[in-house]
Amino acid sequence: MTALAVGRGQKLARGSALLRAREVGIGVVLLAVFGVTTLHNHDFATANSVQQLLSGAALIAMLGVGETLVIVTRNVDLSVGSVVGLSAYVVGDLFSHHPGTPVIVGFIVGIAVGAVIGAVNGFVTAALRVPSLVVTLAMLYIVRGLDGLLVNGHIIVSSSIPNAFVAIGFRTLVGVPWLAIIAAAVVAIAAYAMRSFRSGRDLYAIGSNPEAAALAGVPAARRVFTAFVLSGSLAGLAGALFLALHAEVDVTAGAGYELLVVAAVVVGGVAIFGGSGTVVGAALGALLLNTINQALVASRVSAFWNEAIAGALLLLAIAFDRWLSLRIARGLRSAEGAHRDL
Amino acid sequence: MSEGSKEDSKGVPRLTLDQAVKAFGAVQALADGSIALFGGEAHALVGENGAGKSTLVKILAGVYQPDSGTLAIDGQPVILNGPNAAREAGISIIYQEPTLFPDLTVAENIFMGRQPLRAGRRIDRPAMNRSAGEIFTRLGVALDPQRQARGLSVADQQIVEIAKALSSNSNVLVMDEPTAALTTVEVERLFEVIRALRREGAAVLFISHRLEEVFAICQRVTIMRDGRFVRSALARDITVDEIIRSMVGRDLDVLFPKTPAVVGEVVLQVDHLSREGVLRDISFSVRRGEIVALAGLVGAGRSEVARAIFGIDRRSAGVVTVRGKVLPNGSPLASMAAGVALVPEDRRQQGLVMDLGIDRNVALASLGRLSRFGLISRTRERDLAATWASRLQLKFGRLKNAVSTLSGGNQQKVVLGKWLARDPSLLIIDEPTRGIDVGTKAEVHRILDGLVADGLGVLMISSELPEVLGMADRILVMREGRITAELSREEADEDSVMRAATGQLKGAAA
Repeated sequence: MTALAVGRGQKLARGSALLRAREVGIGVVLLAVFGVTTLHNHDFATANSVQQLLSGAALIAMLGVGETLVIVTRNVDLSVGSVVGLSAYVVGDLFSHHPGTPVIVGFIVGIAVGAVIGAVNGFVTAALRVPSLVVTLAMLYIVRGLDGLLVNGHIIVSSSIPNAFVAIGFRTLVGVPWLAIIAAAVVAIAAYAMRSFRSGRDLYAIGSNPEAAALAGVPAARRVFTAFVLSGSLAGLAGALFLALHAEVDVTAGAGYELLVVAAVVVGGVAIFGGSGTVVGAALGALLLNTINQALVASRVSAFWNEAIAGALLLLAIAFDRWLSLRIARGLRSAEGAHRDL
Repeated sequence: MSEGSKEDSKGVPRLTLDQAVKAFGAVQALADGSIALFGGEAHALVGENGAGKSTLVKILAGVYQPDSGTLAIDGQPVILNGPNAAREAGISIIYQEPTLFPDLTVAENIFMGRQPLRAGRRIDRPAMNRSAGEIFTRLGVALDPQRQARGLSVADQQIVEIAKALSSNSNVLVMDEPTAALTTVEVERLFEVIRALRREGAAVLFISHRLEEVFAICQRVTIMRDGRFVRSALARDITVDEIIRSMVGRDLDVLFPKTPAVVGEVVLQVDHLSREGVLRDISFSVRRGEIVALAGLVGAGRSEVARAIFGIDRRSAGVVTVRGKVLPNGSPLASMAAGVALVPEDRRQQGLVMDLGIDRNVALASLGRLSRFGLISRTRERDLAATWASRLQLKFGRLKNAVSTLSGGNQQKVVLGKWLARDPSLLIIDEPTRGIDVGTKAEVHRILDGLVADGLGVLMISSELPEVLGMADRILVMREGRITAELSREEADEDSVMRAATGQLKGAAA
């Protein structure tokens, strides 16, 4: 009995260590990138530079949370970049046509824009059973086109946006940018919900084994729909914050974010085929990609390297995941062979 | 003799299914599904694959809604419109194929959708892990509730399935071949649990192809054939022969048609084969015309021997020789070229491409021979498949049909055909008849017998003792990665094999 208990304890420690390894690994790489860049360019470690870093990562991290909810269910949401652009423009347009609109209304409108698009994505994916890759790819273009029609040359300029709104983009609280605080809150809430509520575990179940989820009575269609609505809503929120951060919106706002977000999520340890990964990992992945991005700028490396490095990191992360899971499987097998004596 | 089982009934059945009908398009999966389960009783449902048992189970599970017919619980008619409705009605199901979430923990697998909650509707993980641990204690197994389900052995997966069903405290338990992947010791533990459940008044529906298990644990037997209820009787009023006759609708006197072996030269020679942490110093040989069985408990390393010979896993030491030629380490291609064929344990995952047609699956291992200038000839592919389909008496609609539409037994024949088409000199076959109905089982045995008569050497891995004893010329018993005994057909019996398989644990095997 004691032997059994000890065995369990060890196994447990090993299991959680593996789970944490990814987060710790990203943390180490993050510090390394930060340290090396600071050696080259001392300005990189200034408060201002770090604040910029966090603000930039905050948007991707927030999108990463929504994307994680979707990817964990074995789906993907490629429309988030376009939604950011549309939401940012619609909110900006609201402020410029109705000066005096309360700031909070701006956020609500932004979130609503995203929620509607997410609901369409979710409905077509969950109820009509169209692969989400196709649905959200189509939505990426539809929303981008719609955005172009709406913008039609009217670029939103900072003068038409209320100061209180723009302040959210650059103000800090005890040195921490508001954007980062909002993103951290979103990550914390999502992390807790995905771990501690049945509906959160349902998302993992759906992605891990859809058939088993159906047999266990998991309402898969409803959960997938909700995941898309949440992903859309977070993209809408990120759009409003994009407006606050940049104070300017043109038709390219948010373009290309979708792949950046998917890269961040996967680098953060979320399995691309669903079933595992955490929003904390996804947020750290976003922070890492953004740090590398800024580090290259600070080191005056050509911007083209930026994307190449993001891509290489993505490949590395996926290859590492495969290698790790093969190792785990092998380890478990030999452990079983040695221990089973029933 | 006891057609009127209802006369023996003790009051109102816990569950009654009456004349349930279920069709999928033109296919009538169930024409007359009728069964009555009584509290405190284990009830066996037997029938060949395709007899409609699984459809009946899925109706009880709420997964399928019958086209007509009635379902009643404690005499009250109910309609189960989903798995949750069935669960709420007190029915839980242990499925034949374990359906687990590989990314989640064992405890989460057990309680998915029913996790114990604490304030604020949050999941109470400590309570969940504790409850899972209690169930494992009750089952007498050491499984860590907080371990990921990925990488569990088939037997452990089955145990998690069983734990899942026990956790919901239902009073109707449906077990669809729960023992298919279990060892004898684990089966005995499961039987203990079934007995305990019966004492608590639960009704158990037990589906198994192993009739000895049916008689060991069940009080009542219902037989189905071709989607129809055939008869129901008390177990003490019916014999094995009567059951088999009712199942197949014909007499079937020999399950193990083994003709005496005429052995020839050595086909396979294994010397001091080892694999780090898995196999230790394995030596044996297989000759033409004989069936050598690898017996032992699950996890003893039997399948691992097959994998190491074939080259799927690398050997850390030892030499494997096929017809005098040394096989290179870790090369399935070289093994195939040397004339080795491997029919794996898990035919759905490893033996077949489920969505491809019968013809394509049969041709899969012979593509080189079927192609001309690198292009595969469809005609030759179809001819090859047609040849083997008729030689193995495959029951199918059209050769183009996906193998997923075939019954388990016929799927196994397709895997066999695929390898036999290569004209091998050594056939390694892992669990040749797992999950296959009695009728087809005998056919597979007859095929194997015919193959060795034609000079093939067969290395057979089987967890079914009657199969090992009935079919093998020699039996190698494994335990913890070693061969602990070699028994001839004459000296082998259940006792001697089980003793060698369990080592010191003589009592447990008895």
